[in-house]
Amino acid sequence: MANLTFKDFKSDQEVRWCPGCGDHAVLAALQRALPKVSSALNYEKERYVVVSGIGCSSRLPYYMDTYGFHSIHGRATAISTGIKVANPWLTVWQACGDGDALAIGGNHFIHAIRRNIDINIILFNNQIYGLTKGQYSPTSKFGAITKTSPYGTVEHPFNPGSLVLGAKGTFFARSLDVELKLNEEIMTAAALHDGCSVMEMLTNCVIFNDGAHKSISDPEVRADRTIVLRDGEKMVFGKNSDKGLVYDGKKLRVIHIGEGGYTLDDVLVHHPHEDNIGIQMALADMKGPDYPVALGVIRDVKDITYDDGVRDQVKDVMAKSKIHSVDELLHSGSTWEVK
Amino acid sequence: MQHKVIDLKDVVIRFAGDSGDGMQLTGSLFADMSAIYGNGLATFPDFPAEIRAPHGTVSGVSGFQVHIGTEAVGTPGDFCDLLVAMNPAALKSNAKWCKPTAMILVDGDAFDEKGMARAGFTTDDPFTELRVEDRTLIVAPITTLTQESLKDSGLDPKTVLKCKNMFTLGMACYIYSRPLEYIYQYLERKFSKKHPELIEPNKKVLNDGFNYAANIQAIPNTYTIAPSKNKKPGTYRNITGNQATAWGLLAASEKSGLPLFCGSYPITPATAILEELAIHKSLGAKTLQAEDEIAGICTAIGASYAGNLAVTTTSGPGLSLKTEALGLAVMAELPLVVVDVQRGGPSTGLPTKTEQSDLNQALYGRNGECPMPVIAAHSPSNCFDAAFNAAKIALEHMTPVMLLSEGFLGNGSEPWLIPSMADYPEIKPPFVNGVLSEGEKFQPFERDPETLVRRWAIPGQKGFEHRVGGLEKNHAGVLSTDPANHELMVRERAEKVARVASCIPPLEILRGPASGKLLVVGWGGTYGHLLNAVEEVGDAVSYAHFDYINPLPANTEEIFSKFEKILVCELNSGQFVGYLRASLPQFNYLQYNKVQGQPFLVSELVDAIKKEI
Repeated sequence: MANLTFKDFKSDQEVRWCPGCGDHAVLAALQRALPKVSSALNYEKERYVVVSGIGCSSRLPYYMDTYGFHSIHGRATAISTGIKVANPWLTVWQACGDGDALAIGGNHFIHAIRRNIDINIILFNNQIYGLTKGQYSPTSKFGAITKTSPYGTVEHPFNPGSLVLGAKGTFFARSLDVELKLNEEIMTAAALHDGCSVMEMLTNCVIFNDGAHKSISDPEVRADRTIVLRDGEKMVFGKNSDKGLVYDGKKLRVIHIGEGGYTLDDVLVHHPHEDNIGIQMALADMKGPDYPVALGVIRDVKDITYDDGVRDQVKDVMAKSKIHSVDELLHSGSTWEVK
Repeated sequence: MQHKVIDLKDVVIRFAGDSGDGMQLTGSLFADMSAIYGNGLATFPDFPAEIRAPHGTVSGVSGFQVHIGTEAVGTPGDFCDLLVAMNPAALKSNAKWCKPTAMILVDGDAFDEKGMARAGFTTDDPFTELRVEDRTLIVAPITTLTQESLKDSGLDPKTVLKCKNMFTLGMACYIYSRPLEYIYQYLERKFSKKHPELIEPNKKVLNDGFNYAANIQAIPNTYTIAPSKNKKPGTYRNITGNQATAWGLLAASEKSGLPLFCGSYPITPATAILEELAIHKSLGAKTLQAEDEIAGICTAIGASYAGNLAVTTTSGPGLSLKTEALGLAVMAELPLVVVDVQRGGPSTGLPTKTEQSDLNQALYGRNGECPMPVIAAHSPSNCFDAAFNAAKIALEHMTPVMLLSEGFLGNGSEPWLIPSMADYPEIKPPFVNGVLSEGEKFQPFERDPETLVRRWAIPGQKGFEHRVGGLEKNHAGVLSTDPANHELMVRERAEKVARVASCIPPLEILRGPASGKLLVVGWGGTYGHLLNAVEEVGDAVSYAHFDYINPLPANTEEIFSKFEKILVCELNSGQFVGYLRASLPQFNYLQYNKVQGQPFLVSELVDAIKKEI
């Protein structure tokens, strides 16, 4: 296996996202993660297919020097599903935005998760329609003022994490566009996960929704308003690592370690591989100002994948059936001779 | 009364009852049995959209017409010689299909006050009210006799009532001198595993029905329909159009060496294709029952990109939903077979009724300049070849292909001389040959100069990494908004489809002289009716039938030019004739149309044709 580097995954196409767009950083993380995935799993470069729908982030396949399919609005998940079922040897990555995956493509999104098809979905969530120049999306905050909601929206947003876990997703991770190292880590974990992996990337749209995630991404406050979850580690956060998450019998609570009788021992340990979805759902749901926003791999559990199921069933039926050619099929069942 | 056995060349039987009465099964058993007996046949299931519509009402009547003959019959027949009506509603909605000489067999038990009221009769004499009192009427207490027959069977009353259809079938078998062995075998096959206790009671009821018919004096004559002596030797089977479509696709998968992938969403009357493919995983077929019609086609497009023979099956409303994705397949130039089993439209329309009204949608229903080959099947068994050819064109020309079937073909059945796969051609997709020279970059949209077909680089091959998608691009596969490039690509995509004409068979005059006053033209499932009608009219007219619609066969203009008038008959308001007028405007077209959710009657076609000569 040739040692691949990020350059192997860079295409010769000029990247045309706006300067300062969060998508640049996510692309860079992917181009850095895939060489690591390739050496960990012994994958050749020609094995990768990058699929997308429509939207700013969906231009991503053009910037990857891999097989790629830039499809139509909302349908990337269905296209990815077909590719993976048809040829499970291929490794499928998908780029889609919040409008693409959760509005027009919402149906395909939840069903891919339900089926646990082994694809890796990067969900670029900038809480706005960027390519159509600034209309609210299904993740825009309640009351968001946009071109199509000049007086503020009157609808609740989706939290992609709750949606994924509600559909019994087997892998969900969340991160910020600027967390390059964490994103490489998440993408590698997603690749190693057999099943549908959803990575929500909170991205900044400099033109139409600048600062949408600033309240948590600003370096001044990030450590206090986010928590990076890692397998087997205590749920500790804060600039001074002095805050933690505990379970008080009813819900999660933020505590200050050493205050109110709480010690580090009381702080929860993160178990992304735990099948029970309860605490993971609570973590995915956390938001300010009462809670930090959870980043990192929130859930990563094993389950049968759809593509394996289809392949195994075909193999199984092939082994048992008496019909192995179309000629045999045509003569199966009731026939009669005319002489 | 003198009992006579009369030998007939052909006979039409219509079984009608409540949608839970098992009329579809009764009809298909009668058909299958006749096929094995050596008769020619065609069937026409005519059932409501509701699975169990209100009991005893006219809207809940389910019918199954079977036409059997010594030789091939071509159509399910216009009017019937025997109508079996299991209740007053069935009689009411089907009496109009009786020939003047018909026999009508009803379950007298069902004609009580309640049953008559439910069917909306206003007098107590349904036959006179429907003006069929002069037909041969057989009022048999079928419900009572079935109950009597099974009183010691130990079956519960509900199950006993379900056996009524076997009593009726037994009577029909007596009238038409059908041996009962085939039905015995069927009952044994069907019930041996799960309900062996039902085999003997069903056989008993069947026999009792047969004997009852033999003993009563009400049936003046019985009939025989001799098996054919002119049939081509070989092995035959009965096949429905939907089954033949599924099998034709499997045949194309075998001949191309590509696994079959079918992404579909259940929709009447196309669902049976998905069901049939789901059975045949032993031939490597993968079926994905998608979350919606759009996912059906999009998973298929993904599977095509990944190197499978990809298929999606649907009916009119589903095709509407697939429209945008069809454009993507045209733009990405990926092979794909889209099967549309047409039904009455628009919108939900008449889901279980037949029509040819999706032709315009198939030809034009996409945004942008977006042509794709459109072909049509002309009989239930022809669906096999049509599906095979659709897949061959798709794979060899790197294009989605629309295969139009019809509810009438999909649900209808006929005997079929089983072909040998050795007689079918190989399918050779334009794969890249695996090697690139030093420094060469794969150009995904570079075209073969003859056919304008691009090469297919299935993912997984080193050095052929490339991107496809819905945006306009140049031959190198690089996005391009260059005005001249766009026009060039639009023209090339259209010309690629037009050049498919060089790979399809020429149009043939199927009957009548090669030139003359009137050429009758049809397409799709009207074939059998039109052929019968033209034969009846005689040599004054000629007949040509289109299996290939876009592109038209290369000699279409030449054939048309030999006739003064061209009469285009179709089950819509004139979609094919409109297409012909636009494609070959120099000819004198006439049209005959029917949009009733029902196939043509041979008799009305004969009248329409005679009017023009």
